[in-house]
Amino acid sequence: MRAKTITVVVGLVLVLGAGIFVFAAWQPAIAPIAPPAAASFDPTLVKRGAALAAIGDCATCHTASGGAAFAGGVGVVTPFGTIFSTNISPDAETGIGGWSEAAFQRAMRQGVRRDGALLYPAFPYDHFTLVSDDDNRALYAFLMTRPAVRNVAPANELRFPFNHRATVAGWNLLFLRSRPRSEPRSDPTTSSEPSVARGAYLVEGLGHCAACHTPRNALGAEKSGAGFGGATINGWTAYALNAHSTAVVPWTADSLYKYLRNGFEAQHGTARGPMLDVVTNLRAAPDDDVRAIADYVAAQIGKPTRRTEQIQLTERAGQAPVRQEADLQAQRGTLIAAASADSQAYRGAPGAALDGAADEGATIYAAACASCHQGPRAMPYGGIDLGLSSAITGPTADNLVNVVLHGIPATGASPGPMMPGFADTLDDNQLGALVRYLRGAFTGKDAWTGIDDAIHAARGGERAATVDHRERQARE
Amino acid sequence: MMILNVNDQPHDVEADPRTPLLYVLRDDLKLNAAKFGCGLGQCGACTVLVDGKPVFACVTPIALLAGKKVTTLEGLGTAEEPAPIQRAFMEEQAAQCGYCIPGMMMRAQALLQTNPQASDAEIRKVLEPHLCRCGTHMRILRAIHRAQELMKTARTGDAR
Repeated sequence: MRAKTITVVVGLVLVLGAGIFVFAAWQPAIAPIAPPAAASFDPTLVKRGAALAAIGDCATCHTASGGAAFAGGVGVVTPFGTIFSTNISPDAETGIGGWSEAAFQRAMRQGVRRDGALLYPAFPYDHFTLVSDDDNRALYAFLMTRPAVRNVAPANELRFPFNHRATVAGWNLLFLRSRPRSEPRSDPTTSSEPSVARGAYLVEGLGHCAACHTPRNALGAEKSGAGFGGATINGWTAYALNAHSTAVVPWTADSLYKYLRNGFEAQHGTARGPMLDVVTNLRAAPDDDVRAIADYVAAQIGKPTRRTEQIQLTERAGQAPVRQEADLQAQRGTLIAAASADSQAYRGAPGAALDGAADEGATIYAAACASCHQGPRAMPYGGIDLGLSSAITGPTADNLVNVVLHGIPATGASPGPMMPGFADTLDDNQLGALVRYLRGAFTGKDAWTGIDDAIHAARGGERAATVDHRERQARE
Repeated sequence: MMILNVNDQPHDVEADPRTPLLYVLRDDLKLNAAKFGCGLGQCGACTVLVDGKPVFACVTPIALLAGKKVTTLEGLGTAEEPAPIQRAFMEEQAAQCGYCIPGMMMRAQALLQTNPQASDAEIRKVLEPHLCRCGTHMRILRAIHRAQELMKTARTGDAR
C-alpha cells in the first residue's frame, strides 16, 4: 500500500515535471517578415542603437576574425562544447532579416529564436532581460540597417544531452530571472546616484560584464553570491571587480573611466584579450555612459578597507623597487608614496633588480623588459611599473604569459601602449623563469601554480588569435 | 664568457649576459647591418634571425642565445654575391635612407623561408612591426614579391 502511494506520487511528480518542462521548452514561432528597408528606420534611433551595440559588445561574439560585421560564426568554447554565434546581420535567409521587432524583443528578453527554438545561454539573455523595450528597439534598428551578409555559422559541437536545445528549458527554469541574480548589489531602480543607477542598468543588463567577471557553476550559470568574483574566459583571467580586486592601487571611478575610455590606465595596465574588444567597442559609446559604467563598477569594488590597504602595501613592501622615489610618488600617488616613506621594510635601492643577476628570470627582466618597464617614460610611451600591473598581482599566470608571448600589438583603432611579443625570443623554460621571477620580485603574493600549463596553452595559437581581435576591430 | 653562434661562426663573447644581442653584434662583432632604432622592440630596425625566427635584437639578451644560431643580414649574402632578398631590394631600389631595410629584409627572409608563396596580405601583416619613415613601403612590398620569384630560381633547398 505504502509502496503504491510512493509510486503514484513519483508518477505524478514526473508527469507534472514533464508538463512544466514541455511548457517551458515550447515557444511559438513568430511569422517571418519581409526584411524592412533600411530607410524605414529613424536615423536617430539607428545612431542610438549603434552606441548601445557598442556597450553590449555584440561584435565581439557575432563578428568572426576576418569575417563580415555581425555575420556570426565565432566559436564560444564552453565546458559543454563549442557554440557558434549566429548571423545577426539582416540577411533574410541566414541572418535576422526575417525577424520582426517582436521576435527580436523576445530573443533579447527570453532567449528564444524567431522560429521558437531556444537559444543557448552563451547568448547572455540572462542579462538582456534588463534591457528596456526602447533600447531593444534601437538595437533592432541598428542591426536591421547593417549590410545583410549571407553566412551560415558552423553547427554547434555540443556533448549529449546539451546538443538538445530543450535542455535549455531546464536551465531557464533554474537560472533565468527577470532581474540579475547576483544580489545584493545596487538596485538599478533605487540607487540614489543617477550615474550609478544608469551604470547598474548598463553593467547588469546590456553590458553583461558579469558574463566574464563572475565565476560559473557546473551548469554554466553565474554563481550566485560570487558576483564579479573574477573568472577565466578564453584563456584570459577576467579580474575580480568586487572586494577581492587584486589591484595594488585600488580602483576608483576616475581610474576605471580612464581605463574604459582609453584602453589603459597607468596604475593598473592595458586592456587585452577579450577586454580589448570591450574597450575598443566602447569607443562608440558616449562619455556619460562610460562614466556611469565606471561609477557602478567602482561601487562594486568598494572603497579599500584599512586592512586590504595594509595587505596590499605589505605585499608591495620589500619587493624590488623599480623606480626612483620621486617617480614612485608621481606614478602612484600618495598611497604608495606614503608606504615607501614610512616603511622600514621597503628595502633595496632602485636598480636592485638589475643586480640580482643570479636568477635567469632577473637577467631576462633586466635585459628585455626593464628598458620599457623601468624607464623614465610614463604609459603609454613606456611600460607599466610591473609592481602595479594587474597581470602580475592577479590570481593566475595566464594574462602575463599571454602578453609576454604575443605582446600588445599596435592598433589603428585606438592610440595606446604597445609591446613586442617574445614568443620567438623566449623558450618555455626561459619564459617560466621570467614569470616566476616577476611574481616573486614584484608582489608579495604566493607563487602561481600551473605556469607551465599556461605557457603550453598560450603557445597553442588560440591566445594569439584573441590578441588579433584588435585587428578585426580596427578594420570595422 | 659565452660562445655565440653568428652566421655559422662561433664567437667568444666577453659581454655581460644581460647585454642586448644588438650591442654585441654591432660593438663587438662589428656586424653593422642590424640597426639601433628605438631600443624598445617597437620599430623593427634591429631584427635578426634566431634559429630562423625573427627577433628584435635590441631586447634580446645574449643570455638567451646559448646553443642557438643567430643570422644577420651579413649572413645571407655579400656585396659581390647578394642573396635573393638582397638582390630584390637592390633591383627594386627599395631603400630611401635605408635605415629600416636590414630589419625589413630579415623578417621577409624569415617569412619566405617558411612560406615562399606568402600572399600580399600575409606579407603586409607579417611586416607590420617594421616602421619606415621614408614611406618606401610600396617598393619594399614589390621587392619582397620579386624575392619570391628570385628564390624560385635559386638553388633548390637553399633560399640564400
